Amino acid sequence: MNIFAPIGRVCLTFLAQTGRLVVFTLNALTSCVRLPIYWWLIGQQMMRIGYFSLPVVGLTAFFTGGALALQIYVGSNRFGAESFVPNIVVLGITRELGPVIAGLMFAGRVAAAIAAEIGTMRVTEQIDALTTLSTNPVKYLVVPRLVAAVVTLPLLVLVADAIGVFGGYVVSTESLNFNGAVYVKNTVDFVTRGDVTSGVIKAAAFGFIIALMGCYNGFHSRGGAQGVGAATTNAVVSSSILVLAANYFLTSILFQR
Amino acid sequence: MPDKSRTPKIELRGIKKRFGPKVVLDGIDLTIEPGTSLVIIGGSGSGKSVTIKCILGILRPDAGRIFVDGVEVTHAHGRARDTMLRKFGMLFQGAALFDSLPVWENVAFGLIQGRGVARRRARDIAIEKLAKVGLGPEVGDLSPAELSGGMQKRVGLARAIAADPEIIFFDEPTTGLDPIMADVINDLIVSTVKDLGVTTLSITHDMASARKIANRIAMLYQGKIIWDGPTSDIDRSGNPYVEQFIHGRAEGPIKMEVRR
Repeated sequence: MNIFAPIGRVCLTFLAQTGRLVVFTLNALTSCVRLPIYWWLIGQQMMRIGYFSLPVVGLTAFFTGGALALQIYVGSNRFGAESFVPNIVVLGITRELGPVIAGLMFAGRVAAAIAAEIGTMRVTEQIDALTTLSTNPVKYLVVPRLVAAVVTLPLLVLVADAIGVFGGYVVSTESLNFNGAVYVKNTVDFVTRGDVTSGVIKAAAFGFIIALMGCYNGFHSRGGAQGVGAATTNAVVSSSILVLAANYFLTSILFQR
Repeated sequence: MPDKSRTPKIELRGIKKRFGPKVVLDGIDLTIEPGTSLVIIGGSGSGKSVTIKCILGILRPDAGRIFVDGVEVTHAHGRARDTMLRKFGMLFQGAALFDSLPVWENVAFGLIQGRGVARRRARDIAIEKLAKVGLGPEVGDLSPAELSGGMQKRVGLARAIAADPEIIFFDEPTTGLDPIMADVINDLIVSTVKDLGVTTLSITHDMASARKIANRIAMLYQGKIIWDGPTSDIDRSGNPYVEQFIHGRAEGPIKMEVRR
């Protein structure tokens, strides 16, 4: 048996997939700037994927902020630097954990929903039906979701930042005996605009990745229920991995100085 | 007989399409004159749906040329493709209604999104088209999921004719329906085609349906048109493949690929 055949097949599949993703991305991007623009659908998607993600993102941010405060307290306690808890909590949340936690929750909730919906439309020929009704499916389905995700995830991250810091505040004042006023003052004095905007820039990139992977996998799903299931899984797994990878690269670019 | 001097409505020349190693269409030549109701028959997986998708540009053929009204549309894109697609209406096998929209918006979709008709006006047209397929205005506000299979097909038909197309494609119009509902759909197709004077291309493996809606039948086998003629000649085609298919025999020259 030829051992090179399976290796070659894997490489070819990988290249074909990458090529298809690039073509899909370019098609989606050029469709964003071509008329008609479905404003109503963009608004609807902002509600569905943005506004309705608030509870999930808020709750996870709250608990993450609380756990972060505890960990930093335990760690800084070893060399008597407990007073830095508020500073490090706000830094960790705004720069790193806010965008990443919100991004991952968004990936689980939104990429899955997009892939399942578009995938079902694909296997029931609804996407072909759009074409026969003189409607570009990329413009009608992909563009509103992409735009909505890129706009709403940064807003969600701002909310997550506030709730995360609040989570740290609650834990610190309730169980670590911090003075509330001093905690707030330290937080506000320490955080800079750059800390928050870097997180927001990351969030916009994550929103793009997540909506793109959801749409791409849904669009290319085939077969019946099983195909849609596979597309949904792929969308969540690939967008989560890409969000974390993009996070590393964006962090290294944004914090070079 | 259609007038030969007129430009054919649709013309396929040597269309080939393969998926990986599997050759689906192996050089299809087909001419559809204006006003013809052509039915393509053939077994499952013989490439009937692929033929239709190639004409609509949903799939790109690997070789060959496609003409609609004498204009080549094989690689049409952008505005040329929009103009071409406006001539078409299509009834999908599973109706393919948009489940996020109420029935009337499904019917009016091509008018609102494709042609920019105002919603109120489009709704009136939708109700009118629903009446044409025997559905009352109250159905318009239901969601597609609340309809039976036969009603979904009717809504699909109303959607296909909503924008007054010149050509209508029917993909397995009677599949999955009981015999009575299948005949109701056949009658609807025949009467709408007569009313609108359109050209139609249907694909089916239901011979009763084919005999009823076609005035010309073509048979697709292994990626080629192996027989093509008026419906009245189908019983004396003299072609063993056609004979086997229309009588539904397991024995004959067509071997089903059944792995044991």
